[in-house]
Amino acid sequence: MSEQGFEAAGLTKRFGKVTALDGVSLAAPRGQVLGLLGPNGAGKTTMIRILATLLRPDGGRASVAGLDVVRHAGEVRRRIALSGQHTSVDEELTGAANLVMIGRLLDLPRAQAVRRATELLARFGLDEAAKRPVAGYSGGMRRRLDLAASLVGHPEVVFLDEPSVGLDPGKRDELWQMIRGLSADGVTVLLTTQYLEEADALADAVAVIDHGRVIASGTPAELKSQVGGHTIALRPDDPVDTDAAALILADVAGRAPERSSRHELVVPVSGDEAFFEIAARLREHHIGVSELSLRLPSLDEVFLSLTGTPTDHEPTKAAS
Amino acid sequence: MTTTTPALSTAVAPPPARPMAWLRHSLVLAGRSLAKTTRNPGPVINGVVTPALFMVLFVYLFGGSVAGSTATYLQYLFPGILVMGAGLAGMVSTGSAINLDLKNGVTDRFRSLPISRLAPLLGSVLADIVRYLLAVAVLFALGALLGFRVHGGLAGALAAAGLAILFGFCLSWVTVFVGVLVRSAETVLAISFISFLPVQLGTSLAAPVETLPGWLRSWAEINPVTHVMDACRALLNGAPVGDTVTTTLVWCAALFLVFCPLAVRAYSRQQ
Repeated sequence: MSEQGFEAAGLTKRFGKVTALDGVSLAAPRGQVLGLLGPNGAGKTTMIRILATLLRPDGGRASVAGLDVVRHAGEVRRRIALSGQHTSVDEELTGAANLVMIGRLLDLPRAQAVRRATELLARFGLDEAAKRPVAGYSGGMRRRLDLAASLVGHPEVVFLDEPSVGLDPGKRDELWQMIRGLSADGVTVLLTTQYLEEADALADAVAVIDHGRVIASGTPAELKSQVGGHTIALRPDDPVDTDAAALILADVAGRAPERSSRHELVVPVSGDEAFFEIAARLREHHIGVSELSLRLPSLDEVFLSLTGTPTDHEPTKAAS
Repeated sequence: MTTTTPALSTAVAPPPARPMAWLRHSLVLAGRSLAKTTRNPGPVINGVVTPALFMVLFVYLFGGSVAGSTATYLQYLFPGILVMGAGLAGMVSTGSAINLDLKNGVTDRFRSLPISRLAPLLGSVLADIVRYLLAVAVLFALGALLGFRVHGGLAGALAAAGLAILFGFCLSWVTVFVGVLVRSAETVLAISFISFLPVQLGTSLAAPVETLPGWLRSWAEINPVTHVMDACRALLNGAPVGDTVTTTLVWCAALFLVFCPLAVRAYSRQQ
């Protein structure tokens, strides 16, 4: 078995006049989770579709488990699974029927397909809903079933295209647990996301992609230090204290905070030390706070820091 | 839910490819299509109710004046209704079902599985054959109830049903092709609906082509559906079939040979 999960070198893809990929190189060793981070239209989905053999690249090459995705597409399909932005399960069929069908399409004998379906339904907490049509499932249950469907064939590499879209935070955490479980079992995962938080929670390595190019890559920690770490947001209890609080923030962070609406102050800091320092000083000065938070930079802030321009959310998703 | 279940996805050797995989996969997917039909039988019911309505309407409204008596007219009309039933049962379901699969991502999953590109399309069309059988059986029962009598013997009846179903199967590939090309399932339905008029009614269905006005007669004589209806009419009434069966078979082959490869090609390229 190949020690490489997947690898892409200099991939290009054009749709008419739109360049979706402009020389993208990525790689992940076996068992790693690679997060592909970028706004709509950056080329994330195109990347996944090429690696999953749904699209042919115009240039460059890509391989999955050591097999070329164009020349050995059939062999690659035996080793991969895809879970797209839309849940691709049949509404009219039961959860169990959906999984058994995939097993049959993967040439499992019926009894084995049923066994595998039962196993996965239990694993994904769907055993009670197994005999009900998917039409009655909640969004979170559909997502789980979709992920289960992609695992029927014991894939070596799993492609997840924005898996947490439309999930509320609790369901999202549940999904994250399952993705971590995959990686623990030695499955290589390529995950696209628009949220730095998600990449940080799941990925061993992150590549930031914009306009079809990789503009930054590394571990989440490296990326965070590159974009200036955390942001502190502060809102004093009493608006009168805003100026005094701004002075403390400026002193600790070494730069003047930005003042957003409703007396909220925001300033980037390099580490969590600054947070404790600020908290201590606020207490010293008897400034009450209604909100004080330390958070990761948002995707917009990452882009601002990497490219100097904010993300331009393209109106069409056609080239994404 | 536990996270300690061992070996969720440890790779096992994939089973070796077995012969006739494309056919087996098509049958699995035909099963899927039929299972969906049992939960959502609307299109199939539509494919039976529409021809049945036309039959009742034409026989009792015009039968007396067109053919002298409703019984005589039913003997003329019924074979055409049968062909319409076989055509409609697939026309309204396959194209839009495939279109929906393309839209909601099911097709992406199929395309990332190690199965033939033909399988999802063939599966849907094979399921159509079951739907045609159902439509044809129900229509025969209704026809008998209204007083239709087969004069061509059991062989004639079976041949007529087989011919109608074969033609429905071949016509399905046109709908499949449209379903792959067109953007929305609503458009597919609209196209099916608009084409219904010239394709199913612009024929010898209600009256012999010789009685139609010149322009309509020219169209009806070109329309392959006319030949299928003429062939079924001759077979069911025990009349000489002439070259109608041959013409029908040639049309079936032509439709299949042109539109099946076109549909598979468009499906493989769909992005």
